Amino acid sequence: MKRAAILLGAGVLALTGSIAAHSGQHAAAAGSFAVNDAAVMEGLPRTLAEFGFFADAPAQVPAARVIPYRLNTPLYSDGAEKLRFIYLPAGVSASADGEGLLEIPVGAALIKTFVFGEGGARRLIETRVLLHRADGWLALPYLWNEEQTEARLAVAGARVDLVTPLGEAISYRVPNKNQCKECHGLAGEVIPIGPKARNLSHEWLGEMAAQGMLDRVPEGADVLPLWEARGDASATDAARAYLDVNCAHCHRPFATASNSGLDLRWEQHDPAAIGIMKRPVAAGRGSGGLLFDVVPGKPEESILAHRMASAEPGVAMPELGKATVDPEGVEAVERWISSLEP
Amino acid sequence: MIRLSIVALALASAAPVFAETIAVEPGEGAQERLQEALILAQPGDEIALGAGRFELTDGLSLDVDNVTVRGVGMEATVLDYTGQQGSGEGLLVTSDGVTLRDFAVENPKGDGIKSKGADNIVYHAIRVTWTGGPKPTNGAYGIYPVESTNILIDGTEVSGASDAGIYVGQSSKITVRNSVTTDNVAGIEIENSRDAIVERNFVSRNTGGILVFDLPNLPVMGGGNVIVRDNLVAANTTPNFAPEGNIVATVPRGTGVMVMANENVWVGQNLLYDNPTAPVMVIAYPLPFEDPNYNPYPREVTIAWNAVDAGGTDPQLEGAEQLTAAFGGALPPVMWDGLTDGGAEYTPLRVHSDLKGWSLNLSDQGKGMAGAQPGPLEAGRPGQPISTEGWGASAELEARLK
Repeated sequence: MKRAAILLGAGVLALTGSIAAHSGQHAAAAGSFAVNDAAVMEGLPRTLAEFGFFADAPAQVPAARVIPYRLNTPLYSDGAEKLRFIYLPAGVSASADGEGLLEIPVGAALIKTFVFGEGGARRLIETRVLLHRADGWLALPYLWNEEQTEARLAVAGARVDLVTPLGEAISYRVPNKNQCKECHGLAGEVIPIGPKARNLSHEWLGEMAAQGMLDRVPEGADVLPLWEARGDASATDAARAYLDVNCAHCHRPFATASNSGLDLRWEQHDPAAIGIMKRPVAAGRGSGGLLFDVVPGKPEESILAHRMASAEPGVAMPELGKATVDPEGVEAVERWISSLEP
Repeated sequence: MIRLSIVALALASAAPVFAETIAVEPGEGAQERLQEALILAQPGDEIALGAGRFELTDGLSLDVDNVTVRGVGMEATVLDYTGQQGSGEGLLVTSDGVTLRDFAVENPKGDGIKSKGADNIVYHAIRVTWTGGPKPTNGAYGIYPVESTNILIDGTEVSGASDAGIYVGQSSKITVRNSVTTDNVAGIEIENSRDAIVERNFVSRNTGGILVFDLPNLPVMGGGNVIVRDNLVAANTTPNFAPEGNIVATVPRGTGVMVMANENVWVGQNLLYDNPTAPVMVIAYPLPFEDPNYNPYPREVTIAWNAVDAGGTDPQLEGAEQLTAAFGGALPPVMWDGLTDGGAEYTPLRVHSDLKGWSLNLSDQGKGMAGAQPGPLEAGRPGQPISTEGWGASAELEARLK
């Protein structure tokens, strides 16, 4: 049933795809591994291949000026391995804005492929692109086919049955174009959530600067803990980094969850704003019968931890991009709440 | 299909397009087909939902300005979320100038229809129902506009919400009218909002009928300029089934109209029957808080003439038995907690001479019922009717109902 629905959605787009192709936005000539800048700047390319971001897309080998990167603390997506790339056209560079989001110029793109499974079972599920166009950022999801040969635009999203690294069989949600904006929206505009300098390594930033693709390595870079080494970080840093990366794109002023009054950004230090002894406003059954977002010393009485530990729609946080609980994230946040002085 | 091709062509060539009607029928692939229509719609378009049940697995969303989503009737066209696997609401609207009409939403896992930052929105003849009746596992809000300006909610029906059936939050220029809200915790709630008209609604079998609240620690505070008139608020006797932690979980069953921490509120010409805790309750925010920008007290609240019954015949309050005995069997219809920031001479409340009232005579905000010294209410009398000019939804929204 699910499969049929996905194929149907893809079929509709296939029908329209031929029209887009006529407008001359086809991939660069075969054999060249340069990105097709016209596709980045205009139209709704129906296939990922039209962008030319990859020399070998199924193997995720990037084209020239498409640079892979990793985040110190990543966003959890049901345990997907995520392959991240930034594309900067020739002649332009990104610039640092303190510890925050890199300023990425028009014409550039962010590319992220979601992968499940290893070895022969390895499957590319979707590749999301964020294109910086003259009129702002555009987020588009591309769904990989069963044969793993091609990814096609899926504006309405899709569901894909798969098994997570923790062995949970789930119906994985490929977000639709509007859902992209739910997380990427700020004051009505679509913006990238990352990469932020504080969540990138000095090494990578230094390399980018050396290649002339970044103006400089800013102060405040590389301060979020490396997730796999979070045991070496303080409980506060590990949890606040996790909350910043996983929650603060919605839970901040002017974003999707602004009306909650909860602001989980790394730079927010007001205890009430980050949920400490803050009452919920529109949690509904998400409250789980608990009174406050964060009760110092008591993770079991904290709505924040309760909702992170749920996978049930209407209770689970985040609302999107999550079908399973992230036990590592829950553990880090519970450790932080336990460490707070009542 | 043809329509989608045209849109794709338009997107590719930037050719001008004119408003069109995009028909979407229930059946196989409804989730993808409907969501795609909502995404590819152009401003001015109408999405026409056919009759039948759309069986949906995920929340839907609309982010295009000036789109109408129209079914063929709130019984005939049903967006059925019984099998919903993701998202925090059934339908999310984030664009301006949207009209939603003539369809139903059933059994969403979270909220029913949420519109956030969506100005100039009309909800007309929309039904949101949790079909299993009142349950704490139902979603919080049925119809849920928030952080928006200019909202018309007309002729809707909501039942089963575990918080408020119709909830308007952090918004202004609001009209909620001609709607039926039953079997929710709160029938209608206007929260942290201004310039609202709530009129001609039928509000029954909820825990509390109509709530006008202002809460601390929110981006938008300072609720006020609210008129509640010509409503039938009757038999709101459903035991509170809100999950604890939510402010409405503190509302006693049997509350008719409740005003908390607002300014300039007028309650008049309502029929308030069988709300056995209090037909009308006016109180300060009852919990401790730390927010220097928040005023927890009600100010300039007028309870004009309303048709009421005996009042608090079976109040869900501490010491109910002694209280009712002390007042001769039933608490008078208007209840005040006695809290004000205006000094001993100032009462924030004006009450029509036909209506009797009582006060808890509390002395400290945030201390619950501690120190209550119940006694007859001493309030001022209503002055001239207040002006509602500039309140409520604009005429442009009204015109869309034709």
